[in-house]
Amino acid sequence: MVEPLIAIRELSKVYPMGEAEVHALRGVSLEIGAGEFVAVMGASGSGKSTLMNILGCLDRPTSGTYRLRGIDVASLSPDERATIRNREVGFVFQNFNLLSRTSAIENVELPLVYGDLPQREQRRRAQEALAAVGLGGREDHHPNQLSGGQQQRVAIARALVNRPSLLLADEPTGNLDTPTSMEILDIFESLNHEHAITVVLVTHEESIARFARRVIVFRDGQIVSDDANAPGHAGRSPSIRLLRGGAQ
Amino acid sequence: MKLFRMTLMTALRALRRNKLRSALTMLGIIIGVAAVITMVSIGEGAAAAVQAEIRSLGKNLLVVVPGATTTSGVRSSSGGISTLRTSDAVAIQKECPSVTGVAYFRRKLVQVIYGDQNWSTVVQGTTPSYQRVREWPTVAGTFFTQRDLETTSTVAVLGQTVVDNLFGLGQDPIGAHIRIKHVPFRVVGVLEVKGQSSWGQDQDDVILIPFSTAERRVLGTEFLGIVDSIYVSAASADDVQRATGEITSLLHRRHRIRPGRNDDFTVKNLNEIARASQGASRVMTMLLLAVASISLLVGGIGIMNILLVSVTERTREIGIRMAVGAKNFHILYQFLVEAVTLSMVGGLAGAVLGISGARAVAYFAAWPTLLSAPAVLGSFLFSGVVGVFFGFYPARKAARLDPIAALRYE
Repeated sequence: MVEPLIAIRELSKVYPMGEAEVHALRGVSLEIGAGEFVAVMGASGSGKSTLMNILGCLDRPTSGTYRLRGIDVASLSPDERATIRNREVGFVFQNFNLLSRTSAIENVELPLVYGDLPQREQRRRAQEALAAVGLGGREDHHPNQLSGGQQQRVAIARALVNRPSLLLADEPTGNLDTPTSMEILDIFESLNHEHAITVVLVTHEESIARFARRVIVFRDGQIVSDDANAPGHAGRSPSIRLLRGGAQ
Repeated sequence: MKLFRMTLMTALRALRRNKLRSALTMLGIIIGVAAVITMVSIGEGAAAAVQAEIRSLGKNLLVVVPGATTTSGVRSSSGGISTLRTSDAVAIQKECPSVTGVAYFRRKLVQVIYGDQNWSTVVQGTTPSYQRVREWPTVAGTFFTQRDLETTSTVAVLGQTVVDNLFGLGQDPIGAHIRIKHVPFRVVGVLEVKGQSSWGQDQDDVILIPFSTAERRVLGTEFLGIVDSIYVSAASADDVQRATGEITSLLHRRHRIRPGRNDDFTVKNLNEIARASQGASRVMTMLLLAVASISLLVGGIGIMNILLVSVTERTREIGIRMAVGAKNFHILYQFLVEAVTLSMVGGLAGAVLGISGARAVAYFAAWPTLLSAPAVLGSFLFSGVVGVFFGFYPARKAARLDPIAALRYE
């Protein structure tokens, strides 16, 4: 049997909150295969962001196991988890989280700085990634010179630059207007479709979730529905060529 | 290397972003390093000057002076008749194997006349060996000879100050006759300039004449055979100690000084004086260094303070870096490089300031300064150490941030 990309079992996360405890996740089990496009929905506080942080190796579960590509991530050291974040996972945040006062190209290069590519190759890859999200020629622009949509594209380029197998997006369109949101989702879709990158996307908008082929709904730290035959979205031809020579 | 270059660029950018803040932070280090360099060069310059003065008296020199410098009981005052005699000097020359040269002298302040000029100076009756013992060559003419001493010749060797005052600047006095206490003396030589002694006396304001002539014609005959002091040279620095012992026991014998009684003479070892002054200047330098180090320390605390602020300000940046794969080490490294960059740029500026400071002191205050390469290099490197030391805590604090909390930080 082929191991799924993500396999979590009885995952729970408890935050101490003064005297009380907040149960952000209560025994979640979930498998996500390579190449899936999953939307995670739920009200705020339902545990979806906590799940994303754990999936992205930014956080560790209180109990339960999380296997990414068969590796038990919870047992890894902080530095090993940093390596996974660097190589296996690309993060896209609601508020972009770009380094201000740093040019677009340098923002995209950031993950490569902590890798071991030669500098020339770093620059080439970063340029490639920026071109792939339609920002070729804007390498030297700083985030405050770019629109929200453009900033999010820079963030996506940064997430892709190390050719990860998993792309995690936490409300990536939360700060964007609808047309821009659609452009961003186009990018995700084509990444998923053409380059088989697994996309897990947190949103609370139905219109956004429609892009996914599988929708998981959270409430109070538990999965209440997992619809693998979600409406999906076909017929929209991917408009952007990504990663020339591309990730696999 | 690549990581270092990137990290350094990030650090420089961060420091440039807050130019005034960075400059103020560096100020402590700048002042500290500049102070170390200036202080040490002043100290070393003073020490070198003292050493040069002591060396100008002569190499491996011992001076035997009458009277004792130990204070106990009643002694004849320094104005009394000297207890040293020419026969003591001759005996030292003959009986002390570690001694290579002996010269003795008596001196007196008298008026000398040349033409219509007059000048009051020290006339010193001495022996021809004086020139070798004090390593004092002539720049014109010759020194007087043993034969001059034996025949009580009226010949004189002048110091440069005397020449300048009696004959005028740049005049050649060789062969001229000057009158010392109405006795005409022929000038046979001019001594090389020695400059001021460490106690401020002009060593060139002197006329040297044969000891015998001085006794008979200038100083008066009532104290025949008495000398003011005896200069003794030893073959080497090691011999100086041995010669001191030999001279002391010889003079004990000759002056019939019983054990336990005060000596009526003192043997001064100039090497020892030199060493003592060297020790004193080293203590001085150490004290100055301690003061300057405190400034470096304070500068280091300033760096730590600013770095803690910087870590807080850049919490989100740290979170972003962690999210894209920076390890704890990378974050630690980044802030350490920033601290060291701050301190070493400060150190460099301090070094430039310190070197200029030393130059300025030499120029404006006319103090001798000696730039010390170890002080410049050492204080610069020490500023780097200060950066590492005081940067470590903030850097570790940054590296230990929780990525999620850091990302959410507003």
